[in-house]
Amino acid sequence: MIELTNISKSFGQTKALSEINLRLEKGRCVGLIGPNACGKTTLIKHFLGMVFPDKGQILVNGRSVAGDVSYKNHIGYMPQIGRYPENMSIIQVIDMIRSIRHFDGKEDLELFHSFGLDTVSYKKMRTLSGGTTQKVSATLAFMFNPTVLVLDEPTAGLDPMASEILREKIIKVRQDKLILISSHLLSELDDLLTDVIFMEEAHIKFHLTVSELFERTGEERVSRAIHKILKAGVR
Amino acid sequence: MKKIASFVISDILRNKVILVYTLVLAVFSWSIFSLEDSTSKAVLSLLNLVLLTVPLVAIIFSNIYIYNSGEFIELLVSQPVKRASIWTALFAGLSSALVVSFLVGIGIPVVIFIPGKTGLILVATGIMVTLVFTSLAMLCSILMRDKARGIGLSVIIWLFMTLIYDGLVLFLMFQFADYPIEKPMVVVSALNPIDLARILVLLQIDMTVLLGFTGAVFQKMFGTTTGLAVSAILMMLWILIPFYLSLKIFKRKDL
Repeated sequence: MIELTNISKSFGQTKALSEINLRLEKGRCVGLIGPNACGKTTLIKHFLGMVFPDKGQILVNGRSVAGDVSYKNHIGYMPQIGRYPENMSIIQVIDMIRSIRHFDGKEDLELFHSFGLDTVSYKKMRTLSGGTTQKVSATLAFMFNPTVLVLDEPTAGLDPMASEILREKIIKVRQDKLILISSHLLSELDDLLTDVIFMEEAHIKFHLTVSELFERTGEERVSRAIHKILKAGVR
Repeated sequence: MKKIASFVISDILRNKVILVYTLVLAVFSWSIFSLEDSTSKAVLSLLNLVLLTVPLVAIIFSNIYIYNSGEFIELLVSQPVKRASIWTALFAGLSSALVVSFLVGIGIPVVIFIPGKTGLILVATGIMVTLVFTSLAMLCSILMRDKARGIGLSVIIWLFMTLIYDGLVLFLMFQFADYPIEKPMVVVSALNPIDLARILVLLQIDMTVLLGFTGAVFQKMFGTTTGLAVSAILMMLWILIPFYLSLKIFKRKDL
């Protein structure tokens, strides 16, 4: 589904990504983990054409993303911090995205209702709390039934109840989708993952399936397993 | 693209700054027209107002608006929309919203008090000045990643074009008074959209005395009609070139 070959990117002197090779397939739920400033968000932004690589190639469904935007019809993206036009109401924002997506299938508005956004949809974006804004972002990411879901720190601003709703939603839709979740604290979405990618200082330190990870470490929780690997310095 | 532009327009038209801008323009133009008896005098006062406030508001407001829409632009880029469409829609939305408030604030009183060609040219000039400075604002905001720097740059551009430039031209004129400098002077004035706008209107109201040096040369060289056409074309370039440059940068920009 998504294939990255030799992606390198630097911002001025700082190296953000160096020689990243990655292949992600349908049906996987991949956790992108790493300390702050290790290049997680930069990597994600490459999928969405928000950042251009200095070197290397990105293929989505076998087609290069350079100069093409139609592949984004298949991606649902939830940004780390979503900010929207202040004077627009929730429903106007949703209508706007709807009108630029030209989606003919059946829209998935489950999150819109289960987050309770339907009762506050008249509210202006600037009056919303960070968590509610995140709920809007999540709704938009899932709305068009995309085959790839990219969630950048999805639970960071959400309360435990909303995180749980999001979690259940991910479980519901994860068949025949590729789901990429970036996070530095994984506790809530731990047991959803099928793969773990650990990034450090612009490199992918390891890319393992969860069962491999457990096998190597003898742990049964992703967060503990990663902790153990890091401590031991195992590759 | 149309949809994004119309969303931007409806967003801006509800912005308080724009409402105040419209109101201030309206108050000024209505009071100028009711205080001045002579039409040319009123046009002149209004021209000075247009050449001072319109560029300032256009460039600063557009700049701030683009910086504040940073995350919104990111959202749009993550959607299946071409970057060129996003940037063009932003320009179209910003400039049409500013033009609408200009038309409400100044266009309406002008149509009421000085209908005819002069009024039309004054309004058209105001619209072009708005477009030029919105276009420059887009270039400023893409050149400077930092908001404070971008706004600083746009204030400098505004100051330079409205005040400093004239001073420099005057200085050069005195320095080279012994040489035939008419033609270079025309080129020099073409390099400043505000001078161009002034020439456009003054050529129309036929106040040769007030045309100033460059304006007089302009008229002598091109005659009134050609002068109008040439300055209008130059203004168009002032709109298109900064916007085109900003678009080119935006297409390759990391967000």
